[in-house]
Amino acid sequence: MNHHVDHFFVKGDPMIYAADLMIIMTTLAVIFVLTYYKKWKWLWNEWLTTVDHKKIGIMYIIAAVLMMFRGGVDALLMRAQLTVPNEDFLDPQHYNEIFTTHGTIMILFMAMPFIIGLMNVAVPLQIGARDVAFPYLNALSFWSFFTAAMLFNLSFVIGGSPDAGWTAYAPLAEPELDPGVGQNFYLLSLQISGFSTLATGINFFVTILKMRAPGMSMMKLPIFSWSILVTSAIIIFAFPILAIALALMTFDRLFGAHFFTLTGEGLPMMWANLFWLWGHPEVYIVILPAFGVFSEVISTFSKKRLFGYKAMVWSMVLIGFLSLIVWVHHFFTMGAGPDVNSFFSISTMAIAIPTGVKIFNWLGTMFRGRIQFTTPMLWSLAFIPCFTIGGITGVMLAMAAADYQYHNSYFLVAHFHFVLISGTVFGCIAGLLYWYPKMFGHMLNEKIGKWAFWLFVPGFLICFLPMFFLGLDGMTRRVYTFSNSHWTDLNVIASIGAALMGIGFMVLVYNMIWSARYGKRDKTGDPWDGRTLEWATPTPIPHYNFALIPRIKRLDEFWYVKQNNEPSVLRSLPVSKLKPIHMPNSSGRPFVMSWLFFIVGFAAVFYVYWVAALALIGVLVCMGLRSFEIDDGHYVSVEEIKRTEKNRIKEA
Amino acid sequence: MFKWKTISLSTLLLSVFMLSGCNIKVLNPQGPVAEDQFQLILWSLGFMLFIVLVVFSAFTIILVRYRDRPGHQNHDPEQEGNKWLELLWTVIPIIIIICLAVPTVRTIYALEDPPKQSKDQEPLTVRVVSSDWKWIFVYPEQGIETVNYLNIPADVPIKFRLTSAGSMSSLWIPSLGGQEYAMAGMMTQLILEADHPGTYVGKNANFNGKLFQKMKFNVHAMTREDFQAWAEKVKKNAPKLTKEQYLNILEPGVSAKKTFSSTHLSFVNHVKEPDFAVKHTEILPPH
Repeated sequence: MNHHVDHFFVKGDPMIYAADLMIIMTTLAVIFVLTYYKKWKWLWNEWLTTVDHKKIGIMYIIAAVLMMFRGGVDALLMRAQLTVPNEDFLDPQHYNEIFTTHGTIMILFMAMPFIIGLMNVAVPLQIGARDVAFPYLNALSFWSFFTAAMLFNLSFVIGGSPDAGWTAYAPLAEPELDPGVGQNFYLLSLQISGFSTLATGINFFVTILKMRAPGMSMMKLPIFSWSILVTSAIIIFAFPILAIALALMTFDRLFGAHFFTLTGEGLPMMWANLFWLWGHPEVYIVILPAFGVFSEVISTFSKKRLFGYKAMVWSMVLIGFLSLIVWVHHFFTMGAGPDVNSFFSISTMAIAIPTGVKIFNWLGTMFRGRIQFTTPMLWSLAFIPCFTIGGITGVMLAMAAADYQYHNSYFLVAHFHFVLISGTVFGCIAGLLYWYPKMFGHMLNEKIGKWAFWLFVPGFLICFLPMFFLGLDGMTRRVYTFSNSHWTDLNVIASIGAALMGIGFMVLVYNMIWSARYGKRDKTGDPWDGRTLEWATPTPIPHYNFALIPRIKRLDEFWYVKQNNEPSVLRSLPVSKLKPIHMPNSSGRPFVMSWLFFIVGFAAVFYVYWVAALALIGVLVCMGLRSFEIDDGHYVSVEEIKRTEKNRIKEA
Repeated sequence: MFKWKTISLSTLLLSVFMLSGCNIKVLNPQGPVAEDQFQLILWSLGFMLFIVLVVFSAFTIILVRYRDRPGHQNHDPEQEGNKWLELLWTVIPIIIIICLAVPTVRTIYALEDPPKQSKDQEPLTVRVVSSDWKWIFVYPEQGIETVNYLNIPADVPIKFRLTSAGSMSSLWIPSLGGQEYAMAGMMTQLILEADHPGTYVGKNANFNGKLFQKMKFNVHAMTREDFQAWAEKVKKNAPKLTKEQYLNILEPGVSAKKTFSSTHLSFVNHVKEPDFAVKHTEILPPH
């Protein structure tokens, strides 16, 4: 144990010292601002204890954008290191830590929370509900994700970051070959955030199935909510596998078990199977919601119904099912034999069929439309050609016999960045821009937004297209440097692209800061002339969402109500029908409990079990208190509803 | 048979690579295994280019024709689908996938055996042990062992039998063909062949820790006679491999090229003893 305490603070690298300083300065600045403006109470009452899905969604998205910054800095450091041959800007150990944290953060602490943020913001509104099924659990999900993210990020200044890749393959990630504490950070923070994701999956699965507005049958469910339903189902299947795999490896590392070790009959390759049994569905967990966003955005800004709604829904269901049975394509080269490889090769290629159907349906949606090039639409449009390239290279990788030549090369790196960036990242950004006025009550500047787009998307292509060729020429992923001078040109190009993406991201963030001050305020609540129910709520959205729950007769109900000038509670509220609304109470316990989880994790990382045990008892006490608590929520009075909705009230 | 396709596609691809002035290894196969994989890649590229062409042109035409502009006719906001179109774009991908799946499966099975053109050749077995971070090659028939370089006869299929003394690695010689994992406690197989003498780069493709990048070696393909002569010379002149020396090699770190006139198989079989290196070397205990 002393050995680890000696290595408590990461020492010796000027960049780390700079980071230490930054962390301290930022923390002090935040404390100062909150104290100076007397905002502590506001922070606690409005945000830290909230169970409102909209606020939780916003917090998820803020955390995700911060993590995108962190993961992006990692990416730029890697590109800096790989620009020219034989560079020694980063030493191998540092490089290994950086690509490991880049992958882990981008998938689990950026893409996941971004998507969960968007679903928190939009799903209950789209289905005409007042909140999610389990609001308290939702708050707990957010805070445990957040503390897990903090735990993971801390590793880079305290104790050392994990360095075995985001896939953490055994036996490399086992104590014999990786004795530091970095891998413990990986295991414990993923365990905590995985629990949070599983809870979210269950929460939204139940929410969508049980809390739809009356009349909204499954085939009238907005397509984004459908995508979240399928995603939630995949989460419920996949995340328990991750939890078990992480727990087993945690036993190996902390308590000397031998599930995946080289010694004591361990089965290192079992890890790869378990990891990808979760990891492949995970890819679809982050892509399907993006598909949902694109469907909403493309339909809205083409002024058209979604083309082939039913086909879109069934494609997602099919993709969700196939995602669970293709994991072996991540290791065709593991010697499973030709029968196994053939099966997984064909099942993987089959995913291209529903995906292709979706691509053509999006094109069909724009066909005979009236296409408006707003910023959310631009990101959705860029998705189509970029994702096509990602998709076809995916089919190429799925052809096992050819994959023997692509596997673990930069061809693979290029492929998965093409699908993940043009799919998930473009989707998250499109969703954020689309729902931004709903969340914050003002528009983003379209001109600055287009600058961000035109820096980021070409930057993305310049960065990742060369990597296909680098891979075919034998450059393997995760090398910290290369000596082959043939690769210099393409690597230089890739680094330029990465820099452009970095600038594009900064402009995107700048747009939010600029627009918070100067952006056009939106009072209508429906600035895009939207089709789904979220646009029927006033902005800012009342915490109870809908004063009266609408009755749904068709898909895109709000659109037709507007088009035909139909009388509907979506447009005006008959005061005689208003009743007190039941809402859940805020609670500080999810916040407290999550920081106790953090302490459990942090102490266990350093093998200080008595602290971990005490904090775990604290968690159990919180759970006990909750189970004995009588919390029936509270009622929002008719007076308050009238005050909030005075513009929409119809006396009669 | 594939010639015209090969030529036109390679020209297209090569024109791209001319810019960087390099000779892409995977697309420039030096043996029958890499050649089979290259043909499969080309076959798939044809279909992929077709898909790209269709999607990109439809995308461009739709964006231009249906953008919101004054005088825009032809707006049909209620169009919700088209049975025939949707059927078309479901059936065509299915056909493409079948066209790709058949040769894929055929190649998957073909790669399990020595290439057809060298059927009459008795394959040469090379046992490979990957150790952090070097490659150990054993020629059981010749009774010799090398570290960090590989000599092989050209025109003879090489049957690699792979295992690992530590972390998982992947043996990849892009010019000769695709890779296979080397894993502790297991034996996997990879068959490659060079069809003419030459020197090729081999490497570990699977990240396995600090000095991963250094885990490279040269493959020298030589005529059968030269290989025979080399093997005999090694058997006669090179030192014997002692257990002590072998444990030394297994220590984590890089290694110089080494040649021995005996093999480690006499004192350890890594497939049966996956923890051999962990037990006998200076790998640190966890805590």
